[in-house]
Amino acid sequence: MTPGILTIIVLVLTMAGYILGRRRALAVAKRDGVRLHSLPGHYGQAVALFTAVPALLLMGAWLFLQPLLIENQISSQIPDSVIPEGGARSLVMADVRRIAGGLDRLVEAGSFGEDDLSSMRADFTSVRGRLAEVGVALGSDVAPAVFDAAESYRGIANTSSLLRNAAVLATALGFGFLALRRIRPTLRARNVSETFIRSLLIGSSLVAILTTFGIVASLLFETIHFFRLYPARDFFFSTVWNPQFRGGSDLGILPLLWGTFYVSLVALLLAVPIGLMIAVYLAEYSGKALRSFAKPAIEILAGIPTIVYGLFALITVGPFLRDWIAQPLGLGSSSSSVLTAGLVMGIMLIPFVSSLSDDVINAVPQAMRDGSYGLGATQSETIMRVIMPAALPGIVGAILLAASRAIGETMIVVMGAGAAARLGLNPLEAMTTVTVKIVSQLTGDTEFASPETLVAFALGLTLFVFTLGLNILALYIVRKYREQYE
Amino acid sequence: MTDLTAMPAVGGSQSRSLFLRGERTRRRHMAESRFRAIGLAAVIFGILVLVGLLGSILANGVSSFRQTYIALDVYLDPAKLDKAGDRDPEALRKLTTFTYQPLIKTAVEGLIEEKGISVDGLGGKDVEGIISKEAPAELRHFVLAHPSRIGETVKFELLADGRIDGYYKGRVTMETAKLDRNVSPEQLMLADELKAAGVLTTRFNWSFFTAPDASDTRPEAAGLGVAILGSIYMMLIVLVLSLPIGVAASIYLEEFAPQNRLTDIIEVNIANLAAVPSIVFGILGLAVFINYVGLPQSAPIVGGLVLTLMTLPTIIIATRAALKAVPPSIREAALGVGASKMQSTFHHVLPLAAPGILTGAIIGLAQALGETAPLLLIGMVAFVREFPAAPPGGFFDPASALPVQVYNWTQRGDPAFIERASGAIIVLLVFLIIMNLGAIFLRRRFERRW
Repeated sequence: MTPGILTIIVLVLTMAGYILGRRRALAVAKRDGVRLHSLPGHYGQAVALFTAVPALLLMGAWLFLQPLLIENQISSQIPDSVIPEGGARSLVMADVRRIAGGLDRLVEAGSFGEDDLSSMRADFTSVRGRLAEVGVALGSDVAPAVFDAAESYRGIANTSSLLRNAAVLATALGFGFLALRRIRPTLRARNVSETFIRSLLIGSSLVAILTTFGIVASLLFETIHFFRLYPARDFFFSTVWNPQFRGGSDLGILPLLWGTFYVSLVALLLAVPIGLMIAVYLAEYSGKALRSFAKPAIEILAGIPTIVYGLFALITVGPFLRDWIAQPLGLGSSSSSVLTAGLVMGIMLIPFVSSLSDDVINAVPQAMRDGSYGLGATQSETIMRVIMPAALPGIVGAILLAASRAIGETMIVVMGAGAAARLGLNPLEAMTTVTVKIVSQLTGDTEFASPETLVAFALGLTLFVFTLGLNILALYIVRKYREQYE
Repeated sequence: MTDLTAMPAVGGSQSRSLFLRGERTRRRHMAESRFRAIGLAAVIFGILVLVGLLGSILANGVSSFRQTYIALDVYLDPAKLDKAGDRDPEALRKLTTFTYQPLIKTAVEGLIEEKGISVDGLGGKDVEGIISKEAPAELRHFVLAHPSRIGETVKFELLADGRIDGYYKGRVTMETAKLDRNVSPEQLMLADELKAAGVLTTRFNWSFFTAPDASDTRPEAAGLGVAILGSIYMMLIVLVLSLPIGVAASIYLEEFAPQNRLTDIIEVNIANLAAVPSIVFGILGLAVFINYVGLPQSAPIVGGLVLTLMTLPTIIIATRAALKAVPPSIREAALGVGASKMQSTFHHVLPLAAPGILTGAIIGLAQALGETAPLLLIGMVAFVREFPAAPPGGFFDPASALPVQVYNWTQRGDPAFIERASGAIIVLLVFLIIMNLGAIFLRRRFERRW
């Protein structure tokens, strides 16, 4: 029974629980000749909730924990001799899982009886052939012990699934039955089911915390792992980034941080003045007609996926800069460059800066403008000397948020900035950023436990800390500012 | 009022008239109009950039919706395909596409002869080279499906080679063909003759939407089928998971939560999650869903879960705004006639807030649909040719996604893939526009002002 079918069964039980609960409440009330405390539906609801929720939660937890527990058990079964020189236990475990999956499919297809499995070791080659039939190709160096492990993996997984099905159904029936038994006219069913629903609501809002926890835990865990394999000092202070497949890599973060900083700086230099001027013009000068057209048009830019900007950088901006600026000036010959990525990212950030600043500028009280006009200031003087200073904290907050977006942006730099880690000043040269390297280190076919792969987690943690810091700072500034006028 | 008349002339000796502008006033007014012009220029720049961005994608991509085909009568030679003559499906399946290649060659040569076309310097390889390398696979597919038609002459509409296709889209010219190893000017001349004979046609490219991805050397056969299906699967998962969880969380935070530490932490958390770079969610997906839980790589389920976590903050923020917009009098009226807090929320507040919530959900989904970076990390970049099965099993099959397919194509050598990538972007943007129009429609139609 797959989890899907199990879920359907639980849901059917839930419906049955609702109907039974409702009916029983009515019957009990009629028999005793008293009025029900709550509407009959509430009794049904309570039974339904008790049937469905604990069972489904149990199933979710089981699905989450089962692989972990089984892996631990099997992993301890594999003798060290099977693990190839320099290889990792996790790779052998991946083989075990693959073989187990293949055996499952063989049994399902009916070409393989359960008793054939016991004779598997005797007839090793035919098993290999048959596994290949169902799409599980095995290397020639798979040891018999691995097959044994796969076999017991299957065994444990099957037993565990059986147990899971039984436990889930028992929970559903047990809780449902208990809830049904408790029904009597004086039961405050509305309160019961509402308390239940309320705890579900609380549970949903905890998902946000769980996500943050998951992010921090996965980043921290693998980063610690990385620093065991690679010295932290070299990571933070080395100026060379040169990963090698065979180990002995230089994994210094400085060139990547420099690239990230440089690209973001170019982006902000474009986005901040233009975004601010757009906001000022639309808020203070433009007529209704222009505003109602221009504001949504510019906000469309914010809704365009970053892959579109990436493609724009790759096929339009990059070649243009190369052919018209870099090559005539002799500054470079690559179409991906800091300037390409920076300009395109700047375009992406314009609506971000303009709509945030627009809000801030509109929040400046009209009285301040009127006061300034009354003293004879022109509109631009009012903007520059009264509105801007008043709105400054909010604008700084907007710029910081834009900076955090720029640092974390991935697709534009992947497609526009290039892959060469370099500490240079020439904006027409290709450079690379933290996000580009996270992508390139994690999308290759490298072994997961190597420092070359794990470094991506350390980079991710760095990125997370930077953006989080900027966001918190921005929120702090914005909040502080708000207190002044409200 | 009397001190007005007593005011001394400002600025010393210079005589001042209200009708004459002084030097300083003139300068200030100049600065004013300069400032204004800069502002207008910034707005115009923003709009021009939007036009340029969309224009460049459209200009590059529109041509991918048309494709060049060559109508070819192919004789399915039994001497080559079925030597035994028993139409044994097993034996037919063993034949690779190499067996079919000569059939195409013969057919094209026959066609040239029939139309009386002669092009100087046309080599033997050039003749079959105008047909896509995908064509033998197409023939094989046909023969496996209809073994009884071996021995007949069947009319096929075969894809022209990517370079021939590019010739009619202006990507390939006679000059570039001379330098190109993959196409010769003679082939282009031959293609022109075939076009004049009405055999070679360019028409709407349906297979762009339905076909799976194709290998590096056959851009003409590459399509978006798997990617569109994968994206739809992921959007289903995102919708089913993020809408209930997001709405439940917002209801709690907006209607029930007491002002305490836990609520504070949750709120700060949500605000921060909304600003976490998307790639970090990809790392989370890789570490938790693939490495820890052991879900398969490149599967829509993993992509869907990651995108759900990314979309949640958007939906929560939109839903809370929608709930907040429902006036308290509604809640009070419900409570006044004896409803519980839960009943007033679910029976009255939630339905009134529904349009706003749906608008937020659609906008969140649109964001998720265009998201690329996290999907790269969970293996969606893999080359997938097989369509995923029907849900729910298909959620665990490898698939691609629209934005990732775009990225994938930009990483390939053949320039024809740039056209495909731009075309895929247009498809993606059309989906986004439809979703956003839906959101605007919902807002206009159902939104209430209190």
